[in-house]
Amino acid sequence: MEQKIRVLVAKPGLDGHDRGAKVVARALRDAGMEVIYTGLRQTPEMIAEAALQEDVDVVGLSILSGAHMALVPRVLELLKANGQEHVRVFIGGIIPDEDTPRLKELGVAGVYGPGAPTEQIIADIRAAISGVAA
Amino acid sequence: MELAQPVLNGDRLALARLLSRVENDTPEGRLALDALFPHTGRAHLIGVTGAPGTGKSSLVNQLAFHLRKQGKRVAIVAVDPSSPFTGGAVLGDRVRMRDLAGDPGVFIRSMASRGSLGGLAATTAAVTQVFDAAGFDVILIETVGAGQSEIDIARLAHTTIVVEAPGLGDDIQAIKAGILEIADLLVINKADRPGVELTERALKTMLELAHPVRKVFRHHGQVMELSGAETPDSRLWIPPVQRVVATEGKGIPELLKAIEQHVAHLRSSGDWVRRERARLEAEFDLLLQETLVSRFISKIPSTSLDSLLESIQTRKTSPREAVYQLLNENKD
Repeated sequence: MEQKIRVLVAKPGLDGHDRGAKVVARALRDAGMEVIYTGLRQTPEMIAEAALQEDVDVVGLSILSGAHMALVPRVLELLKANGQEHVRVFIGGIIPDEDTPRLKELGVAGVYGPGAPTEQIIADIRAAISGVAA
Repeated sequence: MELAQPVLNGDRLALARLLSRVENDTPEGRLALDALFPHTGRAHLIGVTGAPGTGKSSLVNQLAFHLRKQGKRVAIVAVDPSSPFTGGAVLGDRVRMRDLAGDPGVFIRSMASRGSLGGLAATTAAVTQVFDAAGFDVILIETVGAGQSEIDIARLAHTTIVVEAPGLGDDIQAIKAGILEIADLLVINKADRPGVELTERALKTMLELAHPVRKVFRHHGQVMELSGAETPDSRLWIPPVQRVVATEGKGIPELLKAIEQHVAHLRSSGDWVRRERARLEAEFDLLLQETLVSRFISKIPSTSLDSLLESIQTRKTSPREAVYQLLNENKD
């Protein structure tokens, strides 16, 4: 049986707009992936725990609040602490350009702003997964 | 990587990984299942099913929350449908289970149905075995939003809860065959909504038709007795109807009491053992069939199989004749 790519889509932080996260979740579903959707106002701890229980390959975070430089490193740290350093993390939302290099340095696999084509996100996820031994 | 032993030792990462192997039915997953099998048979499997939007996830959330207060370790397997077109899925049951976050005594796993039509995925039973071996006391299994015939859950679970909500259908829906028949407990969720009395009456009427009981009533001023079953069989379980409001946790302690009563009934009547035996026999039968078929097919040259299929397609041989022909030619 073909192995499904499993993706956790989560919204850390306090902003209450999850339309973007839902659009991406839907697009990944249509690309044949299994998307675990966790909803709004997740703490980094909740996200890492869900990623562990669901044994996902990818975590997608939607952040519009501007708190990404606080939230993302914490999620990465917790994933690592749980033994899930192989999980690739993608970020979408309002992320200023100057923050992108720093996020990628930290280990983020992709950063997407408003209007990013979902085809691009899907292709990047597939490329990132195929580079990782299961 | 050997995963069975770490799972028995309580390693959560190993557990998560093994669940994926088992879900994907890999050789490694199968071996681990064999190794874990002697450690299974301890957990109480509770199925939660019902139409989409009746509040299954919210109910599971509350049940798990209250079971944790009793000190029980709880695993949740939540199944949502896969797209029949792309094979993808959005698994959204965790959204309703926020109260359980951060509790190491709870483990939630979402599963896509991956083409299975019975309300569960093909490997859901195997996944529950892993949780069972890992020492979880209760395993809550949430089916896909079920219609009228997704009844696999009744074969898997010891206790099946069917969730209804007010306003979903009248008493004709309630006497149709299918999902209501498999209920060990009936729950009317969203019981703060109008129409709850109608739903309750329809369900209770359905139950009375199925399980006639002695009733005394007044007719023209005379006390009359309507005889149903002569002596109520103490081994007979009549599903209770429980009102709950899952989002507020109302009615949950009462529901848990009813679940405990059901377990006590299963134990005392011998149904627990019977159900386990039936389930294991069915699993054995299925595996035997699968294995025999794949072993048989692997011995047949693909050319002879192709020519046989060809003669079926050109309507020279009926499918049944073709099967007999194949079996006669390949005896050993």
